[in-house]
Amino acid sequence: MLRFARWKVASILGMTLAALLVIVPSFWTKETLDSVVKAMPKWLPIEQVVLGLDLQGGAHLLYQVDSADVTRTQVNNLRDDIRRVMREESIPLSGGIGSPKDNPRVVQVLIPDAANRAKALTKLRALAQPAANPTTSLLGVAGAASADISVDPNGLIKMTVTDAAVNDKIRKSVDQTIEVLNRRVNALGTTEPNIQRVGDDRVLVEVPGLQDTQRLKDIVGTTAKLEFRLVSQPGANPADVETLSEFDKDGQPIANYPVEKQVMVQGEDLTDAQPGFDQQTAQPVVNFKFNIRGGQKFGEVTSANVGKPFAIVLDNKVISAPVIRGPITGGSGQISGNFTVESANNLAILLRAGALPAKLTIVEERTVGPGLGQDSIEAGKKAAYVGAALVVIYMLMTYGTFGVFADLALFVHIAFIFASLILLRATLTLPGIAGIVLTIGMAVDSNVLIYERIREEFKAGRSVVSALDAGFTRAFATIVDSNATMMVAAVILYFLGSGPVRGFAVSLGLGIVTTIVTAVTMTRMMIALWYRWAKPKTLPI
Amino acid sequence: MKLLRLAPENTKFGFMRFRRFSYPFSAVMSIFSVVMFLVVGMNFGIDFEGGTMLELRAKTGQADIAALRGIGDKLGLGDIEVQAFGNGTDASLRVRVQPGGDAAQEAAVGKVKSALGDNYEFRSVEVVGPRVSSELVQSGTLGVVLSIVAVLSYLWFRFEWQFAVGAVIATMHDLLLTVGFFSVTQLEFNTTSIAAILTIVGYSLNETVVVLDRIREMMKKYKRMGIADMIDLSVNAVLPRTIMTATTVFLALLSLVLFGGHVIQSFSIAMLWGLFVATYSSVFICSPILIYLGVRTDAQRAADAANPGAAGAAKAGA
Repeated sequence: MLRFARWKVASILGMTLAALLVIVPSFWTKETLDSVVKAMPKWLPIEQVVLGLDLQGGAHLLYQVDSADVTRTQVNNLRDDIRRVMREESIPLSGGIGSPKDNPRVVQVLIPDAANRAKALTKLRALAQPAANPTTSLLGVAGAASADISVDPNGLIKMTVTDAAVNDKIRKSVDQTIEVLNRRVNALGTTEPNIQRVGDDRVLVEVPGLQDTQRLKDIVGTTAKLEFRLVSQPGANPADVETLSEFDKDGQPIANYPVEKQVMVQGEDLTDAQPGFDQQTAQPVVNFKFNIRGGQKFGEVTSANVGKPFAIVLDNKVISAPVIRGPITGGSGQISGNFTVESANNLAILLRAGALPAKLTIVEERTVGPGLGQDSIEAGKKAAYVGAALVVIYMLMTYGTFGVFADLALFVHIAFIFASLILLRATLTLPGIAGIVLTIGMAVDSNVLIYERIREEFKAGRSVVSALDAGFTRAFATIVDSNATMMVAAVILYFLGSGPVRGFAVSLGLGIVTTIVTAVTMTRMMIALWYRWAKPKTLPI
Repeated sequence: MKLLRLAPENTKFGFMRFRRFSYPFSAVMSIFSVVMFLVVGMNFGIDFEGGTMLELRAKTGQADIAALRGIGDKLGLGDIEVQAFGNGTDASLRVRVQPGGDAAQEAAVGKVKSALGDNYEFRSVEVVGPRVSSELVQSGTLGVVLSIVAVLSYLWFRFEWQFAVGAVIATMHDLLLTVGFFSVTQLEFNTTSIAAILTIVGYSLNETVVVLDRIREMMKKYKRMGIADMIDLSVNAVLPRTIMTATTVFLALLSLVLFGGHVIQSFSIAMLWGLFVATYSSVFICSPILIYLGVRTDAQRAADAANPGAAGAAKAGA
């Protein structure tokens, strides 16, 4: 008990000093931090504690990729592929290629002629096989068919898109969505957005310190599928035409257009888009450039349709439907419409970043304004200071000199929690602060257990040294057991909770670990040093 | 300096005799909690029910609560719950979950925002769709169940099974009473409340383990003492520590309730309640169970084996 090697004392003091040094930058302003970081070597962990969105303000948006939308795209692609196969093999169809109403994941085609059917099946089976890319084949998904094929006696071939194929597609859609959203959100000029996959089909967008969440939602939630299509002429086949509406600035429909389903040129053929103003009308517009393929295609179609109107369609809404005055072959153009300066700017960002592979729906939103965040920081600080002060005074009043030791250990305990938060880059949330305040109350429990045990042993007739020794050894088992149960709760909370609650679990867990170090080892060291120095005949507690 | 002692020295309270009062009392409280939960129910927050919660601050003057209440009918969003707080400048608005899935919730927020326009600053907006809220219910329930199972296994591993059963009954007791507390006070129950409950479970076990640890130690020391006397002796021995720690945690939680702000107030209040319940149950609920379950020291067990007839008598006398 009393022997405490010099290196142990030195290492405890060293750890304490290191923890304090790690914390110091958190008290600096942003400017001081930046200048110090520049002046110091890179490997030094000069960082501030990361505040959660509930403290620094910001938006937390959880989106879900619309799986029905993904499936629909896949079925459409399958249908196009089947049509291509039939055309390549020149197989006559009786009744076309369609999906039954009760199962939209099926594409069926009727081929009554047996020879043709056999020829088609070989091709279609090949079509149904290539489910995998290298990453999925490593995971054993390879070999899974992208579609199941069945044939009935009448010669009706049914192809059903498999679950594996749909899931694979959703996974890829989420990856692609994250890429597109990164480009979009970065274009808004926000600091350190966090965009990540959650589960199988969700994307979390977290943007700290944002004021205008509506704009963020507009930018993130728009699919932005841009299409140039011809407005259909009288006499066209009704199956090839759909009616789309144009909307004014307030979202009210103002006109309907019969638009051809066939797309001339798509948004993915754009290389650039910038907001600007029309030279004649001074209205906000979006200027764009096509890539070579898009430019050629657009040139061909406009040359063939001079004098006819075409529609610029964004997510199935007509932005505008100008008349083609002459062939547009320069590879660039202008979109005019009912734009405000901001909506033109938004559209330019969306077109530059590219379209989302599938529709996104918000399933959870949590936005905290900077005002409330600041208030929460102040409240949390105040509660922590008052709580700590009360506990410190109470310990002093109850245990005197030993109370001073416990209070010093408590101080180091708090320093350790913050230092670990910073080094682990864990996020401090408001419940996290509550967790720290709670561990302040609980940290001294270990000291209390030890001190009460020492008193008891001393009163039972042991000598001072023997009582001290017995107090520490006997209380230790209890301390470990009681903290282990608390740790179980913290670990479970960490894995099940999200956001602020997870922050609470982190502080609680760290607090439990540091308690054992500070309350047991540090206090013991202090008492050992004190005993050697004071040589007491009786115990001051 | 004269040191402060809250706990009287060398106490010899007959805690175990008190079980004749504490058990019926706790049974009544537990049943009352279950009845309250079933009849009155909990005030579930949007985390578990879905819906929208907005926190507003009037840009000038006071928040017009009556006008805010009227907004729900005007927009056709159903009943809107409005609460004023702060100095009357702040209000919270709760819009019930709207029919029509996730997209409908977002649309409702948009309507409220445009209706309130420029008169209010939106300090926080929380929208939880029906899909996420049902997942949160699942993970919350799973969390509470898992933690109880995990802790039970840990205690079973470290102590004899009777101790583990005692600890779990005490924990269930605390859990029920906390649920009852939420039901009676109608404090909002959300994901942070689950965090509060798990913390209460943790703390309750912490307390219980300290008492059980001492009982186990005493059982090795006093091999022939009756179990009731032994438990009394142990509880009295750890009493100063129990009071001391309950006080420090109480001080910390009190400052959270008073100064921690309204965002975590229900969380802090629930934990304060949990502190009382956990301290009570570790002394009055958990330990007496050992008597009923017939915990015996090694020496007593050896005696039982030698003379089977006396075992029943010893148990009855305990």
